[in-house]
Amino acid sequence: MQSQTSRLGLTLFGLYLLLYGGFVLLNAFAPTTMEETPLAGVNIAILYGFGLIIAAFVLALIYGIFSKSSDDDAMDEVAKDGNG
Amino acid sequence: MIYEPSLTAVVFFFGFVGLTLGLSFYLGRKAKSSEGYFAAHGQIPWFVNGVAFAGDYLSAASFLGICGMIAVSGYDGFLYSIGFLAGWIVALFVVAEPMKRLGKFTFADALNAKFDSPGIKLAAGVSTLAVSVFYLIPQMVGAGVLVQPLLGLPHWAGVLIVGAVVIFIVVTAGMVSTTWVQFLKGALLVIFSAVLTVLILERGFKVEPVPEESQTITKTADGQTLVNGEPKGTKPGENSLRPVGTLSKLPNGQTETGPLGPLEFFSVLQNSEVVLWKKQPPVEENGAVTTEYKPEPTPGSRVLRPGESSKFAGIRRDNLIDKLNFVSLMLALFCGTASLPHILIRYYTVKDVAAARKSTIVGIGTIGFFYILTLYMGLGAMTSGAMDVSNSNMAAPLLALSISKLLFAIISAIAFTTVLGTVSGLILASAGAVAHDLVGSFFGRSMTDHEQVRIAKLASVVVGVIAIVLGILFEGFNVGYLVGWAFSVAASANLPALVMLLFWKGVTKQGVIAAVIVGMTSSLAWILLSADTFATVYGWPAEDALVPFSQPGIVTIPLGFATLVVVSLLTGGKAE
Repeated sequence: MQSQTSRLGLTLFGLYLLLYGGFVLLNAFAPTTMEETPLAGVNIAILYGFGLIIAAFVLALIYGIFSKSSDDDAMDEVAKDGNG
Repeated sequence: MIYEPSLTAVVFFFGFVGLTLGLSFYLGRKAKSSEGYFAAHGQIPWFVNGVAFAGDYLSAASFLGICGMIAVSGYDGFLYSIGFLAGWIVALFVVAEPMKRLGKFTFADALNAKFDSPGIKLAAGVSTLAVSVFYLIPQMVGAGVLVQPLLGLPHWAGVLIVGAVVIFIVVTAGMVSTTWVQFLKGALLVIFSAVLTVLILERGFKVEPVPEESQTITKTADGQTLVNGEPKGTKPGENSLRPVGTLSKLPNGQTETGPLGPLEFFSVLQNSEVVLWKKQPPVEENGAVTTEYKPEPTPGSRVLRPGESSKFAGIRRDNLIDKLNFVSLMLALFCGTASLPHILIRYYTVKDVAAARKSTIVGIGTIGFFYILTLYMGLGAMTSGAMDVSNSNMAAPLLALSISKLLFAIISAIAFTTVLGTVSGLILASAGAVAHDLVGSFFGRSMTDHEQVRIAKLASVVVGVIAIVLGILFEGFNVGYLVGWAFSVAASANLPALVMLLFWKGVTKQGVIAAVIVGMTSSLAWILLSADTFATVYGWPAEDALVPFSQPGIVTIPLGFATLVVVSLLTGGKAE
């Protein structure tokens, strides 16, 4: 389980958890911050929301690019042994 | 509102459904073995599977529900989009590869890989069925909603058509054709949502005078429906609801904006004024119940901030319980995706771990793009002048109607296939659970391939019929609300066992069984005892509810984890 690929996955997961958790807590405990319009007249609620969606895709791409195919082969071997 | 069925819509609709059926029949010819029926021989190309993820995931709740919620109350509906997408991060980084590595056909396989216990199969099979049936109800209700304007048929007919078509798809072909149907539908949904968004931006905003009169719907004691005081209908002396949705002010006294850029769209709206139609509490007089919808000019800055709808208003109050309710929902959305059985089985249709990962990335790209569009479509519908005050679920199709009839026909047909696709995925997941997990563990013997497929097909018919009945019974129910339930139950029942198995060696089979059962029953019980359910399902006062807030996730997901750890520690010594 502790292959390089799965470590990378968990790191990226932790990163996204911080971003998403920040968004949820900001909404819950400081909803007025969401109304500010720091960029191009668009409020933080929309900027942060779009940011979360784009960040998910960017992190997914990073994961896809840097995952190691040697780890995949090991995993696929386990799958074959496990299920016949 | 009264909808006129159009010939284009009908032709397009039947063409589309016919194509789908033909395709599914053609592809299903080869899927005779259980490997083919449940997992498409593991031969689906990763890109196709990725778009099919979008097809599975972007259900009626996403397309009709979220757009409708944004159209009625603004930004709040978009919170669902954000939560639904964030859940894919859990799927990709934590669950996808081990699921592919451990399982064969069903979610129970993955939980059971280490133990080979009939108890685990039984518990996981039951939770799969529970979650899938919960998820099926809003899809079927959505089908009924769509058929009314499209074909001019009553609600029950829509539910029946969807049910019959889906049973046909699943029985004839299994996972191969279900996957291709999902691929087709996912791709079309995203493409046409993008077209719609471009047209919204192209159209820009226009100021209309604020309507002075409110609109009313009255149900009289003798069962008649009056609209604005006159019988419902289109003949002289009869009345139907007026379409609504306008801007009453633009920045700097403009009357028209012309085409807008994607960010400009929001900055202009931020400084405008929108007429929202607020539903007033129903008033009863001489046995007649009247619901009034009142026009309310609202600043754009309020429309675009969270906490304006009644569902999310809690975050703007100084009450910790209300805030926890919101955090709880967002947690359930985050954890729910990676626990949905009909999503998890899609990992068995590709050939290896790398393909599972790549298809999830394609899925995240496709689904994320669509969710960004929901905000444009919802706000576009809000200001389209085509909205139905009494039915928010129709926002997206009516937005299309405000642009052109052809687009309306296309969007409605796609929305209908959206329902078809998701329902067939859910029924297949349920059928797999019955044939592979429940029957298998109950009789304690392994069945032949052929028997398994036959039982699965039989189960599809039974689950399909149950879904049809529930879809008719739950007419008029909020589509998004039930999906929230399904996510909470899925996350509480399935995620603790799945995650702990991956990260803790001390898990025992008793621990897994206990976690699934406790997570499932506690989240279900919480929902049934909550204020939301008291008020909307039983019609009892919300104050009498037995749990402090309505969304169970923040309590029942940790409870599932705790149960698993405690039971595993207690039984650890005697583990086989």
